[in-house]
Amino acid sequence: MEWEVVIGLETHTQLQTNTKIFSGAPIKYGAEPNTQACEVSIALPGVLPVLNKQAVECAIKFGLAINAEIAQRSVFARKNYFYPDLPKGYQISQFELPVVGKGAVTIQVPAQGKKPAYEKVINITRAHLEEDAGKSVHGAVEGMSGIDLNRAGTPLLEIVTEPDMRSAAEAVAYAKQLHELVQWIGICDGNMQEGSFRCDVNVSVRHKGSEKLGTRREIKNLNSFKFMQQAIEYETRWQIETLEDGGSIHQATVLFNPDTGETRAMRSKEEANDYRYFPDPDLLPLMISAEDKARVQASMPELPEAMKARFEAEYGLSSYDTGALTSSRGLADYFVATVKAGAEAKQAANWVTGNVSAKLNAEDKSISSSAVPAEALAQLLHRITDGTISNNAAKEVFEAMWIGEGNADAIIEAKGLKQMSDSGAVEAIIDEVLAANVAMVEEYKAGKEKAFNALVGQIMKASKGKANPAQVNDLLMKKLKA
Amino acid sequence: MALSIEDIKKIAHLARIEVSESEATATLSKLTGILGLIEQMQAVDTTGIVPMSHAQELHQRLRDDVVTKTNQREAFQKNAPMLGNGSTQPAVAGGLYLVPKVIE
Repeated sequence: MEWEVVIGLETHTQLQTNTKIFSGAPIKYGAEPNTQACEVSIALPGVLPVLNKQAVECAIKFGLAINAEIAQRSVFARKNYFYPDLPKGYQISQFELPVVGKGAVTIQVPAQGKKPAYEKVINITRAHLEEDAGKSVHGAVEGMSGIDLNRAGTPLLEIVTEPDMRSAAEAVAYAKQLHELVQWIGICDGNMQEGSFRCDVNVSVRHKGSEKLGTRREIKNLNSFKFMQQAIEYETRWQIETLEDGGSIHQATVLFNPDTGETRAMRSKEEANDYRYFPDPDLLPLMISAEDKARVQASMPELPEAMKARFEAEYGLSSYDTGALTSSRGLADYFVATVKAGAEAKQAANWVTGNVSAKLNAEDKSISSSAVPAEALAQLLHRITDGTISNNAAKEVFEAMWIGEGNADAIIEAKGLKQMSDSGAVEAIIDEVLAANVAMVEEYKAGKEKAFNALVGQIMKASKGKANPAQVNDLLMKKLKA
Repeated sequence: MALSIEDIKKIAHLARIEVSESEATATLSKLTGILGLIEQMQAVDTTGIVPMSHAQELHQRLRDDVVTKTNQREAFQKNAPMLGNGSTQPAVAGGLYLVPKVIE
């Protein structure tokens, strides 16, 4: 019997605001404990929440980006539970009436082995605004836990999908796509180490062809795509094995241990999910008008799909190139800046998706920390088009630029990579090579075309790669025909 | 809807309220009365009426995203509960509020 895994994601994205969702306290990462915990954050009696306009605009932006219904009227609710990092005894969230309704994200699932890459639409159930809780710190004082409420009240947008994913690869592709999208529209910095983008993954298995969903277990707080992949694969195997051994799956929250690569159920809470939501009487309904939406729409950047189509039309680039260029806003901006600085579009696309991306991947860097800025790359590319250096030499120059040896012209000069433009010098080398390879010349004259390329190779070698191959071809042809 | 004594104990526990057996019994009859009232209200046909989430027909005012709060940690932490056992020391250390150990 074949099994099928069913996956849904809940993602907490921290919104890019200056202040908390319900108070004017700052939310800078890494501040001293409780120095950003105002009276609202620590829930002193009598304080009242006041909603942050920027957080609402972030939610509207996301709704527009995924073509979702944006609620004209949404309501904040109290989610009640007791935990030391939640001093109010409830989290302000949204329940029945979230700000963002149904939408969709189209993902590109990369090829795996013989299975080719494919596209899939993942439906978004909803996205709602809520506040983050504080943090518990262990080990500071013996037998006690420390509570830091700096994070309490940080604005989050929780984005919930339908159970539409059928493999770890699809779940990771969705998470990566969403990660790029929220950064693209500028609502989240995407920093996973700092917890700005956290995924909870619901996993269940069922027999293929069955309509009924199996019992799910929720893997909490995954903060890297690699761990997500590992955790889902392990959890899927575990659930299948458990069922095949005659066991049953109980709904549970599990944690992934990166050291062992295993998932483990947390201590089960008897009253799990009994949050007794009710509308928060401290907050009035949030109304979003058509004008509000139009205003936010006007501030939206061009979305990846639209930019991809524009690049194809404007620069005549292939769908593959434009797909790669618009895989992140940083990369797209870098490409545009390179072209603006005078580079030819197709050449710039090749370099950005090729040499530049390869370097970034190898060093696990993002484009914003590229060691070679777009303008510097454009300068290098210009030296290829004006015939100063060959494409191969350019790669060498690029490597040197990457490690900070200077700009393109300085490196070309220092390394003596300039192509010979003096035809006299090139002719002298050709004459030398021809004299030394009489047999090859005879072969060519006897009709062996291959000998021509061999001679070009010898000439390039003799010039230490500095001869312009096109020029060598021309001159050699003339000499052999003479 | 009939409530049981177990329901009362569960609700009390969720709200972290300690109730004795006699309190639970008394609460059961009070809550059953309230639920009876709600049942009467639910008999009213509310088709097409938007559920009310606030007593006033107003909507949420929004605040500009500007920092207005300054660090008052020292003042707030003077108010922290005492360490216990008759201690006069607030339960804080290194800027953290201290609570009994939380086990995940």
